[in-house]
Amino acid sequence: MTTTPANVDVSAAAAAPTRPPLGARLRGRQNQNLWFWVFVGPFVLGLIIFIYIPILWSIYLSFFESYNTVTPTKFVGIGNYLDMLKDESFRSSLGTFIVFALFIVPTTFALSLLTAILVARTRVMQAFFRSVFFLPTACSYVVAALIWKMSIFSGVRSGAANALLGLIGQDSIPWLSVTKPPWYWLVIVSARLWLQVGFYMILFLAALQRISPTLYEAAAIDGASSWQSFRYITLPQLRPTSAAVLLLLLINAFQAFDEFYNILSSFGTYPPYARPPLVYLYYVALGQGQDFGHGSAGAVILTLVILIAALVFNRFFSFRGDD
Amino acid sequence: MAVVNTSRSAKVGSLLRYSALILAAALFLAPFYLLFRNALMSEADLGSPRWHWLPPTWEWGNFSAIFNDPALPMTRSLVNSVLISIFQTLGVLIISGLAGYGLARIPYRWSNAVFYLITATLLIPAAVTFVPSFVLVSSLGWISTLRGLIIPGLFQALATFLFRQFFLSFPKEIEEAAFLDGLGYWGTFWRVVVPNSMGFAAAIGTITFIGAWNAFLWPLVIGREQTTWTVQIALSTFLTAQSVNLSQLFAAALVAIAPLLMMFLFLQRWIVEGVERTGMGGD
Repeated sequence: MTTTPANVDVSAAAAAPTRPPLGARLRGRQNQNLWFWVFVGPFVLGLIIFIYIPILWSIYLSFFESYNTVTPTKFVGIGNYLDMLKDESFRSSLGTFIVFALFIVPTTFALSLLTAILVARTRVMQAFFRSVFFLPTACSYVVAALIWKMSIFSGVRSGAANALLGLIGQDSIPWLSVTKPPWYWLVIVSARLWLQVGFYMILFLAALQRISPTLYEAAAIDGASSWQSFRYITLPQLRPTSAAVLLLLLINAFQAFDEFYNILSSFGTYPPYARPPLVYLYYVALGQGQDFGHGSAGAVILTLVILIAALVFNRFFSFRGDD
Repeated sequence: MAVVNTSRSAKVGSLLRYSALILAAALFLAPFYLLFRNALMSEADLGSPRWHWLPPTWEWGNFSAIFNDPALPMTRSLVNSVLISIFQTLGVLIISGLAGYGLARIPYRWSNAVFYLITATLLIPAAVTFVPSFVLVSSLGWISTLRGLIIPGLFQALATFLFRQFFLSFPKEIEEAAFLDGLGYWGTFWRVVVPNSMGFAAAIGTITFIGAWNAFLWPLVIGREQTTWTVQIALSTFLTAQSVNLSQLFAAALVAIAPLLMMFLFLQRWIVEGVERTGMGGD
């Protein structure tokens, strides 16, 4: 375990056995190889210990039966992988991710682009509006989950959403305790929407400010309508930002955990539905069983899924960028 | 005639725009309003079926109550959050700043290979490595320790990548002058480069701090004992256990986000720059 990082140090120091002692070389004339490792070494060492070794070790564990142990003995081949792929709840967690992504990616994209455009065109109180939309970024998912679960969408009459329904003469809705219709999706999606719109709005605002005003001036002289200049100048100019934002949204949706866990679990138990991949993995690997074998196999499968999705996405967008 | 039409449609357009902005701003501020209102309500008023725009009685005692409740380790979890966030921010700035500078400025035969080793980890979503990282940290015996919460988070490939890009754009002439004065790599970095990179460091630092303060999955997995709870874990435990005074839970949540609200008021410029850098640097 700790031999690999030690080796890096040893090899760096042993690379020049005949030279003067280390202290003299550091004080003396610049030794570039040595200084490179003085600057970069701590980071690379940490990366190897805390990223590379865990990943390799996890791949190793995924081929073993390892309940409650990280030094397993029973090799099971690809058994864990087959179990995971056969497992109905693992596959349904991928389904949950797809549903969630279909809700959250387009809505966040549209709303952050819309707020960015509105804020960019505003002269009076621009800083105020920008700050208001950006402020939720300061909030954690836990605090948002508390507000959403216990105040806005609490099933009781005095919950904000139900109080609003009461104003227009509607009955209260038990937002989180029914699955038909699945109102919990509204709760989950609106919480994340509120938390992350401001972040992507900032990215779009920066991109909008980079568009040269002469493009709009030329279009105005040619008599373009505001819709036309949006369609044929703004959107194409925002293309790289849009692609990056979509990819970030997709990857972040894939990693959703905090709001699902905090909004849906109560009295220490999580309902059997609406388990995105990480929630599922959390309960398999770190629940009572501490099933590291299946948990690791699941982590490997999920990493491959997101890598392939990102590659396909990049391919798709670079293709379209070529023409 | 055309001019009049244009100005009238411009007026209508700007009226619509401001209406939309004000409506959206009200919706975005509403959750904060509820947080403040609930934190200052009494438990009985919060639980009553009647809707209250403002607390019928202002319960300022909620704030002292959460610090005196033995079941809710408020002080301890706040201290943990402060320690973790500060150490992680400083650690990331120093470790990634050094690494970024080395990669950008010190010629080395394997520099590119090292750079690929670093950027390859950007492709792996951090959250799917939590199972393997947990396995490692548990075998180091770091479960329920502050070092288990802090140290694995110190090595951020994205921060190193961004520092490298930033130092590549740093004017080389200044460094060369310092080098000729005999400062060497170490002295040039600390005495010339660092003082001229404070703005960039502030941008990366604020974003790192916010991320560390709001982190949830890693502290949930590692900080299992009450003594190592962060403030987010303390809140979450009471939220999902549902056996707590609700208005006091809102008061605790308000305390938990207060430091970041302060940051947003006073350091927004750096946070915005940090978002722009980290958001677009990752792809």
